[in-house]
Amino acid sequence: MHKKDLGLAVLIILVGAVVYLQNPLFLSPINLGNTANLIGLFGLFAIGQGFVIMTGGIDLSVGSMIALLGVLFVDMVGKFGVPWPVAILVILVIGTLLGLAHGLLITRLRMQPFVVTLCGLLIYRGVARGYTGEATAGFPFGANYPTLEWLTIGRSFGVPHAFFAMIIIGVICWFVLHRSVFGRHLQAVGKNEDAARYSGIRTGFVITAAYVICAALTAVAAVYFAMFTRSVQPSSHGNFYELYAIAAAVLGGFSLRGGEGSIIGVVLGAVLLQELQNLVNLLGIPSSLNFAVMGAVILAGVLADQQFNLYRARRRATAALGVPNKSGSARHQTPATTNDLTP
Amino acid sequence: MMPKEDQKRTLLALENISKAYTGVVALSNVSMAVMSGEVLALIGENGAGKSTLMKILGGVIQPSSGHILIDEVRYDRFSVTESQSVGIAFVHQELNVFDNLDVAANMFLGREKRAGFLRLLDVKAMRAAAEPLLRRVGASFRPDTPVADLSLAERQLLEIAKALSIQARLIIMDEPTSSLTLSETKTLMTVIAGLKAKGIAVIYISHRLSEIAECADRVFVLRDGKAAGELGKGEINHDAMIRMMIGRDLNSLYAPPARAPGEPILSLKAVRTRAKPRALVEFDVHDGEILGVAGLVGAGRTELAEAIFGIDAILEGEIMLAGKPFRAACPRDAIDAGVYLVPEDRKRTGLVLESPVCENICLADLGSMSSGGFVSRRLVKARAEDQRAKLGIRTTDVMRNAAELSGGNQQKVVLGKWLSMRPALIIFDEPTRGIDVASKVEIYRLMRALADAGVGVMMISSDMEEVIGVSDRIVVLREGEIAGSLSRPEFSEHNVLKLAVGAN
Repeated sequence: MHKKDLGLAVLIILVGAVVYLQNPLFLSPINLGNTANLIGLFGLFAIGQGFVIMTGGIDLSVGSMIALLGVLFVDMVGKFGVPWPVAILVILVIGTLLGLAHGLLITRLRMQPFVVTLCGLLIYRGVARGYTGEATAGFPFGANYPTLEWLTIGRSFGVPHAFFAMIIIGVICWFVLHRSVFGRHLQAVGKNEDAARYSGIRTGFVITAAYVICAALTAVAAVYFAMFTRSVQPSSHGNFYELYAIAAAVLGGFSLRGGEGSIIGVVLGAVLLQELQNLVNLLGIPSSLNFAVMGAVILAGVLADQQFNLYRARRRATAALGVPNKSGSARHQTPATTNDLTP
Repeated sequence: MMPKEDQKRTLLALENISKAYTGVVALSNVSMAVMSGEVLALIGENGAGKSTLMKILGGVIQPSSGHILIDEVRYDRFSVTESQSVGIAFVHQELNVFDNLDVAANMFLGREKRAGFLRLLDVKAMRAAAEPLLRRVGASFRPDTPVADLSLAERQLLEIAKALSIQARLIIMDEPTSSLTLSETKTLMTVIAGLKAKGIAVIYISHRLSEIAECADRVFVLRDGKAAGELGKGEINHDAMIRMMIGRDLNSLYAPPARAPGEPILSLKAVRTRAKPRALVEFDVHDGEILGVAGLVGAGRTELAEAIFGIDAILEGEIMLAGKPFRAACPRDAIDAGVYLVPEDRKRTGLVLESPVCENICLADLGSMSSGGFVSRRLVKARAEDQRAKLGIRTTDVMRNAAELSGGNQQKVVLGKWLSMRPALIIFDEPTRGIDVASKVEIYRLMRALADAGVGVMMISSDMEEVIGVSDRIVVLREGEIAGSLSRPEFSEHNVLKLAVGAN
């Protein structure tokens, strides 16, 4: 666990403690369960966004994709009677293909990630609304799908399965990002794409794969959201969710320039965002202010982090310069840097 | 020292290599051979074609004609992968390390060791493999150190260790000592000797001739894209190298001032800058003189220029411009006072590359060419045409993007921007870096004309020939402070270097 992640965890606990002192309901099983469910739902696609941001890119289409795939899933299962495992598979395939399209447009046709996924945001939302004719897609009255419901909105030991899903996927992604060759290449590409290419890394493949992972995880999240809300209103479902994902990643120590960040960080970022949402509800702050609270906290967090890094860099630079020159007579090259290396 | 002289064999040969970019010939008909286990120094002025030649060796660019012979195999086109697979490794001037990864991860990037059923990274094995290589190059850091914590010199050792790990047979070092301290340079020399003993060839590109005299077995000189000659071990000395590099006498660059220097135009007293807060700076730029500012990379020359120009902060001290107190909080202040900077990095800070020449020339003075907030296109064009004629900027049309011009003409566009206004003092930071000899001479003449006309001229340069050839007086910076000042009779590379490094 990085120092950064640790700091975020401490912040989460502090905020939690403050909320609990103000309103003990915070730690009630019902509230914790609901919050954990939301953390799972949002964490799923925030992790995906992390992969994209690691490359120095961005995926703005996440929210619209959740709406489009949600509409399709509900219709497939509810309206056309497609068996739900098949429907899930179809949704995953569509998501993967959309991610592949993003990746190829960005790597092969050299388009900017912001532009490609902004167009995705508009197109998917538009298609979702056009396909349903602005009508809400829902399951037929009284229909139920016990296994599917158990998998998505069920609970074990009081813990919602969405949360479990996020943990399982998070662990897999942790191995992929931090312990696999692909993950290492992803970090290198994000830091310096040209140098990575000269090191023999297939940068186009690595970047495309990041968008595919992001879209595939978004597809999984789309199914969970559809089951959670039970009906999908195509013009509002998933609105701004891409921003939640980006915010979680930034809070979790990702740099939008690429190359920096960790899975634990983005998950903790998602936790903090839901905690803040919860704080707004529990402390009686008008819920219309929840975006303002989130924005202020993210701004303060990133600012503090940056100032801290600046301070550390300055201290390191001073240390490397060695002892201050006295009278300017002795001009020595202190090998101070080598001493700094031993932790 | 080299007992097995006769056992050396040709590792690689470049034959009749030419490279032309649109309108510019970077290399013409260059042939060069490298023997195994030798240190071949490649020297030449900026823009002589060294980096083009090395890019061809790295497979990054393809020659327009000519071919490369390696192990009797002939390559007409040479790719990055081929370059790597035959064992050519680069230690770059701008180091290509990834500071978000640790040392071992950098060393094995693209060639990671894997283990286990899932073929995950074998971090332990990579660290273990990195350890002896680091020891071989005399590095004191460990394989698990984050690269962000390494100094520039240590990053360079990492690059060399990486070259060893891919079993490189030829290591190309591009200005390896430009950011190293003296003791670090000594370490590097030892490392190079070790490489040589193992039969690894080194191409050593440097402007520091004393280092070359120390470590090179052979010197290959490029001038204006052509081979200017070679020097064998016994012939390597300072004068011979310079003669071959510039192909003429040093003093021919020097046009004497029209008059004796007058009052100070700019004078700094006890100035401290944020970039070098410990250093106190004091110097004058006199009316009628060209003041050369010399120093090693990292001595704070550019930082000083940027502080005067208002880009970086001045903490304390007094600056007088033509007898009046002057302090620029931002570049606009400096420009309004007539203090202009021709920056070091022409493409990044000198020009808006993707804008037309005319807009570049007028960018700093749009206020005088507009009314009611609307810029007069006629005035902009007229001013640009005026500067084009005066400076001889070679472009078909001032509406063309600055990016399409050659380096020399781009620099003239930067100059045109300032000359079309009312200069009191112009700071030239590396004014002739990477531009052709003809444009260089024109720029030197222009600086002289400015000085004669009463404009303060301050020229920062790392090019020793230039500093000595063009300046009327030289101040040398060392660790942000003025280490000394030299008048024309005291000019010599030796004296400048002595002040720059502070050796006795």
